[in-house]
Amino acid sequence: MNKIWIITKRELQSYFDSLMAYILLILFLGFSGFFTWLYGSDIFFIKQATLMPFFNIAYWTLFFFIPALTMRLLSEENRMGTIELLLTKPVSNWQVIVAKYLASLLLIFAAFVLTIPYIISVSSMGNLDLGQVFSGYLALILFSSMMIGIGLFTSSIGSNQIVSYLLALFIGIFFQVIFQMLGQSMVGIGGHILDYLSTVSHFESMTRGVIDSRDVIFFAGITFLSLVFSEIMLIRKRFA
Amino acid sequence: MDIIVEKLVKTYGIQKAVDNISFKVKTGEVLGFLGPNGAGKTTTMKAISTFLIPDSGNILVGNYSVNKDAEYVKQNIGYLPENNPLYEDMPVIDYLKFVGELQGISKEKIYDSLLTVIDTCGLEAEKHKKINELSKGYKQRVGLAQALIHNPEVLILDEPTTGLDPNQIVEIRDLIRKIGREKTVILSSHILAEVEATCDRILIINNGKIVADGTTVDLRKQAQGNDIIKVKIEGGDVNDVYNELQKIEGAAVVDIIDADNSRFQIDSNQGTAIAASVFQLCVKNNWILTELIPVETKLEDIFKELTTE
Repeated sequence: MNKIWIITKRELQSYFDSLMAYILLILFLGFSGFFTWLYGSDIFFIKQATLMPFFNIAYWTLFFFIPALTMRLLSEENRMGTIELLLTKPVSNWQVIVAKYLASLLLIFAAFVLTIPYIISVSSMGNLDLGQVFSGYLALILFSSMMIGIGLFTSSIGSNQIVSYLLALFIGIFFQVIFQMLGQSMVGIGGHILDYLSTVSHFESMTRGVIDSRDVIFFAGITFLSLVFSEIMLIRKRFA
Repeated sequence: MDIIVEKLVKTYGIQKAVDNISFKVKTGEVLGFLGPNGAGKTTTMKAISTFLIPDSGNILVGNYSVNKDAEYVKQNIGYLPENNPLYEDMPVIDYLKFVGELQGISKEKIYDSLLTVIDTCGLEAEKHKKINELSKGYKQRVGLAQALIHNPEVLILDEPTTGLDPNQIVEIRDLIRKIGREKTVILSSHILAEVEATCDRILIINNGKIVADGTTVDLRKQAQGNDIIKVKIEGGDVNDVYNELQKIEGAAVVDIIDADNSRFQIDSNQGTAIAASVFQLCVKNNWILTELIPVETKLEDIFKELTTE
């Protein structure tokens, strides 16, 4: 655990040193704030004391931002060769993967903490369902965790950050849109499986305030699988 | 801590990078790895550092196998990889602290370790700079510093002096020799003079196989059995001298290098001290021996001989 934290700390430091963290926080807050309060189907438009507009815009904002956050995590190490240094220190492959995953997750978590004023504002305007807010944030964290997992995996494949970013979006879009579309056009067991693999339904039911273990397992499962695949990619490099 | 490499094999696709290599390095020994590009030096070092997993064979570092006890081996090894990769966006001191923490140095001791290593590697003035602001030589020192920070028993250095200026090279060589007295050091280099100056023992590999193993003196003997001397003999006819020299017992080949100045080169058979016979020959014939130069085989020649087909 200690080793993981040492690497996580370094990754976080590098996010802040490279300004990546500030850019992400400003863009995320700006983007989600703009659409939550000022434009489109914002809170004043729907006239309800709810954070649903925020959850929905954050869902897509995170989809595009997280791969940008994760794209350099391992690809840069592969490109510079620093992965060799890291893995010849007394740390395991798994510790490296988990540490990098945690660093991104903590940064995203910090972004969510900065949206606490949203909760305070909305609850002062009307009767805000705090249970729903909690499950909505949980959904955002679980969804971010899944995207970080996918991003980390695509970053572990090669040494090019852009390829990693685009590949993460490509894999992500299957979960966001394509599985759902295919699921609707198919009947029987195949349709059910594709439906289950689509993030939209899991995310929506959680933002409505329903915490179902199936939804949690879905996000946690994809995250875990992505981390395992990332580790396999690391191990593969040590054989070739 | 001894290093024992047993029957190491590593293939990349169809190319055998390391082909059944076995050798042993004892504590207090500095081993130099020589070989042309692509000979398998780096691959072998990567395998010892636990980064690369070999196809077959075993490597023991102080009786612990890199396959089974990688964790233990990693704790006791200081490794400077080829091309010296570093986290360029970090300040030197932060980076060294990060490596020290990863190596498990306790909070109380880490500043002592940092100061020691910054001092030994001469990084005092640069310690707050970011690594990407440093010159190549200083980066190389940082690479060396990160390998030394936990005071490891074994040092694996892949081309430690590339990019350094001549003064720095001398410093780093002295440092390696100093460390090598108590610890086990393996270093690789293309620069023959460097290996000769720093290493107790030399291992030449070519096409993934060991082609020579021994001290510089051993290698010279091994590669060139003949003693070669150059002589200048005055006071006699060149042809007479030439004929007489050929008659000397043990003289395998006699060449006239320079007939006008009556200079000759004599290759002797293995083990015969030819110089004494030449001297006696001159005394007998009343010739004057004005030059007698033993020719040392250069390490370059040995290297060339062993690594070209």
